[in-house]
Amino acid sequence: MSRRLSVDVAIIGGGLVGSSAALALRGMGFSVALLDKGFCGAQASGVNYGGVRRQGRPVEQLPLSQRAHAVWPRLKALIGVDGEFLRSGHLKLARNEADMASLEAYAQAVAEQGLDLELIGHNGLRERFGWIGDGVVGASFCAGDGHANPRLVATGFAAAARRAGVEVLENTAVDGVTRDGDGFALEAAGNLSLRARFVINSAGAWAGPFAESFGEPVPLSRIYPSMVVTEPMEQVMTVNIGMEGGGIYARQVERGNVVVGGERALPLADADFSRPRGDGAIAIMNNAAALFPALRHAQAIRFWSGTEGAMPDRNPVIGPSGTTPGLIHAFGFTGAGFQIAPGVGEVLAELVRDGETQTPIEAFSIGRFRETSARTDAGSGAGQNQEPQH
Amino acid sequence: MSERPQPLIVGAGPAGIRAAEALVAAGLRPLVVDEAPACGGQIYRQRLVPDRRSTRDLYGPEAPKAEALHRDFAALDGKLDYWPQALLWNLRDGRADIMVEGTSRQVAYDGLVLATGATDRTLPIPGWTLPGVFTLGGAQIALKSQGCAIGSEIVFLGSGPLLYLVAWQYMKAGAKVAAVLDTAPFTAKFNLLRGLPLFPGIVLRGMRMTAELKLGGVGLHYGVADVRIEGKNAIEAIAWRQDGMEHRLACDGVGYGLALRSETQAADLAGCRFAFNQRDRAALPERDAAGRTSVPGVYIAGDGAGIAGADAAERAGERAALALLQDRGLPHDATRAAALEAELARIGRFREVLEAAFPFPAHWMRDIADSTTLCRCEEITAGEVRSAIGQFGVHELNRLKAVSRVGMGRCQGRICGAAAAELLAHETHRGIEAVGRLRGQAPVKPVPLTLALAAQQEAAE
Amino acid sequence: MALLRRLVRADHPAIPFTLDGEPCEGRAGDTVLTAILTQAERLRLSEFSASPRAGFCQMGACQDCWIVLESGERLRACSTALSPGMRILTRRARAA
Repeated sequence: MSRRLSVDVAIIGGGLVGSSAALALRGMGFSVALLDKGFCGAQASGVNYGGVRRQGRPVEQLPLSQRAHAVWPRLKALIGVDGEFLRSGHLKLARNEADMASLEAYAQAVAEQGLDLELIGHNGLRERFGWIGDGVVGASFCAGDGHANPRLVATGFAAAARRAGVEVLENTAVDGVTRDGDGFALEAAGNLSLRARFVINSAGAWAGPFAESFGEPVPLSRIYPSMVVTEPMEQVMTVNIGMEGGGIYARQVERGNVVVGGERALPLADADFSRPRGDGAIAIMNNAAALFPALRHAQAIRFWSGTEGAMPDRNPVIGPSGTTPGLIHAFGFTGAGFQIAPGVGEVLAELVRDGETQTPIEAFSIGRFRETSARTDAGSGAGQNQEPQH
Repeated sequence: MSERPQPLIVGAGPAGIRAAEALVAAGLRPLVVDEAPACGGQIYRQRLVPDRRSTRDLYGPEAPKAEALHRDFAALDGKLDYWPQALLWNLRDGRADIMVEGTSRQVAYDGLVLATGATDRTLPIPGWTLPGVFTLGGAQIALKSQGCAIGSEIVFLGSGPLLYLVAWQYMKAGAKVAAVLDTAPFTAKFNLLRGLPLFPGIVLRGMRMTAELKLGGVGLHYGVADVRIEGKNAIEAIAWRQDGMEHRLACDGVGYGLALRSETQAADLAGCRFAFNQRDRAALPERDAAGRTSVPGVYIAGDGAGIAGADAAERAGERAALALLQDRGLPHDATRAAALEAELARIGRFREVLEAAFPFPAHWMRDIADSTTLCRCEEITAGEVRSAIGQFGVHELNRLKAVSRVGMGRCQGRICGAAAAELLAHETHRGIEAVGRLRGQAPVKPVPLTLALAAQQEAAE
Repeated sequence: MALLRRLVRADHPAIPFTLDGEPCEGRAGDTVLTAILTQAERLRLSEFSASPRAGFCQMGACQDCWIVLESGERLRACSTALSPGMRILTRRARAA
């Protein structure tokens, strides 16, 4: 049974970026098809750590990040669920003077960006965050940051897009995209033929082949952050915790479970899926128990991992294709996509409607890989134990 | 073949014991890991200390089988490695992560026999989280292993052979059994006649137990529906509907179960392919008649890949071990293997009979009240699950888990998974086979954050 | 009122422990679950509705019987043998 569809915009990849773009485009009156090879929000967007954090991002990401910052408190009105978003604040810890110096340098560098960072010394930390154990010399606090439940946010955007009239096509892998007249022809699973004036490539870790098929190879690699969650605990952690220079990151959800991330997982035989390694999970658990004395008797009840697309310079690719009019890329968020994705969705919608956006995104142009793209090296991705930037 | 790692057997119940025995007989030295402090599995579970009861008191007519298994496993002492109270919590890349006394050891294995058994299958009903409501297996453990009754006026509820067995065991032990509530109509039991030519002894024994319960004054009620356990902080009564009439019976203990469900987490983590099994209404690891899974070197024996009972488990354990030997190029008894397979096939036919005699009331999930707690761990009601299905438009079980937390708690969906699947199938107008299965995730059971990682010894092995 | 009724082992050696501060005795061969429920009506309060729970499967599958000691240590009552001097709490809903 073959099926034909014709839409204004076809979006490849139903993660948070693709789903929020779909919803925004539909709001502008475009007809939209959102295609996912599996289920929307089931990959990195839905299984990431859940940090909603501007602090620590490279300065060039901050305008986009600030734009997204305004979306998060409006989730309930926008998609019908609040996604358990909590503006708890994000506290980035320094374990030594060098790390503290780098937190101070960052605070200075982004002073004009409106993050309102507060540097806290050892004594202040003791007073205000007494539940953090020894071995920390200071921290940088961003009161406006927080955390949310990625399982609800990503799926919620896709569900809202569907309700708004987006044609959401799950379990529909796109086999090929070609330029066709003044638009595109897509062939997808289930004998689906789709015509679209615009195509958004938001296929996450699977975006590389689509970019390459339009003459824009990119050094996109994969990373697999590992997560551990505890049983529900008494409320003790009041803020989302990160660490300068990598290590673990942790947050406690309102129901009491503590989510801790850190090590990298390894892919399974089907490289689209991954699972934490036993020793990696133990390292995360032990580090969490050491850093947070209140967790020393806790049990871990679940481990998981996700597949995320990573770029060697840790910045995503966002913006129009350099080779093909009507094609727009948005992928490679390198573990940093969750917070900014709702802002990216708005920007992508503007790029379709206006051909431009007021939010600066030049730093994320796919053109920056033009010189290196001839290399066969797929890129090393992010460092092994770097904190994902979400 | 000297330097190959040892085979790993997970579970020391009937299947694990017979697998170990066959491997030892062939000159291998398996490692057997088991969560319990002593061998026997759930059905032949041993007491922590002896008491005045005989094994006949404990295991009834199955006592000789229990004694044989305990004795035969003890006889393997020195010829295998045995880690009791050990939790296999993760499997990856041919290695097992096993927790023993707060320390995790990583074990490389060559050949893996999963004999992980089964637990009670239940569906949520009002009041099922009240203290004093235990699974049938739980009620049986309280009696056999701990010498305790789960109340002084006890009702047994559900479906499956265990329903009558446990009620009978309680009565024999001197506990007051107030009633047996069978969810199937009496006519379903006529199916047992078809089982007579296959296993007359078992069928007649079941009939005798039922007759003794009746003679003992225990009310047997068939075709019960809309069951509710009443009480605020303790059980006060159980209420049900039967033939259009409302019934209510005061009680203070309830044993409840709807037959058994396979423990499949380890098979999932080992990468085994699953297929939907209509009889068990669950996705189960695929295995051939010998117990080979889709992953070379990984075998499954016993109830862990479909419910067949303890007698089948013993045979399947031995059969899987013979397959392991054959696949390793070692001598194995092909005649014995064929005989075991024939016996397993006969037991399989009997299982069909039992399933017809003790059908699973899947339709309960169609009518479940919104206020009934579906997930005990996360305390999520059926109504919350229904609204998550609608709000997020999900029609696959893992997606339902992601948006509703069903199956995300401490038990990892062991208890609520079947109910969630049935409810999702009903709400989305799909067959149960079309809603997917909960993917297994480590840890298989909770592990402490302070879990220590043992130093690696494998390089030397 | 106790939830479980002992049919055997009543004459086994006593094992002292405390339940919410009150001195109690279990019997040699008891699991923690048995020791508590032969004295009390519940093992714990559930995390989200603080309703009483007393375990379910008794075979380490359902995870409904995790209890907390005064030290903060957590254990699964059905699969842990009672040991002398355990100081058990049933009033706390959550681990901390």
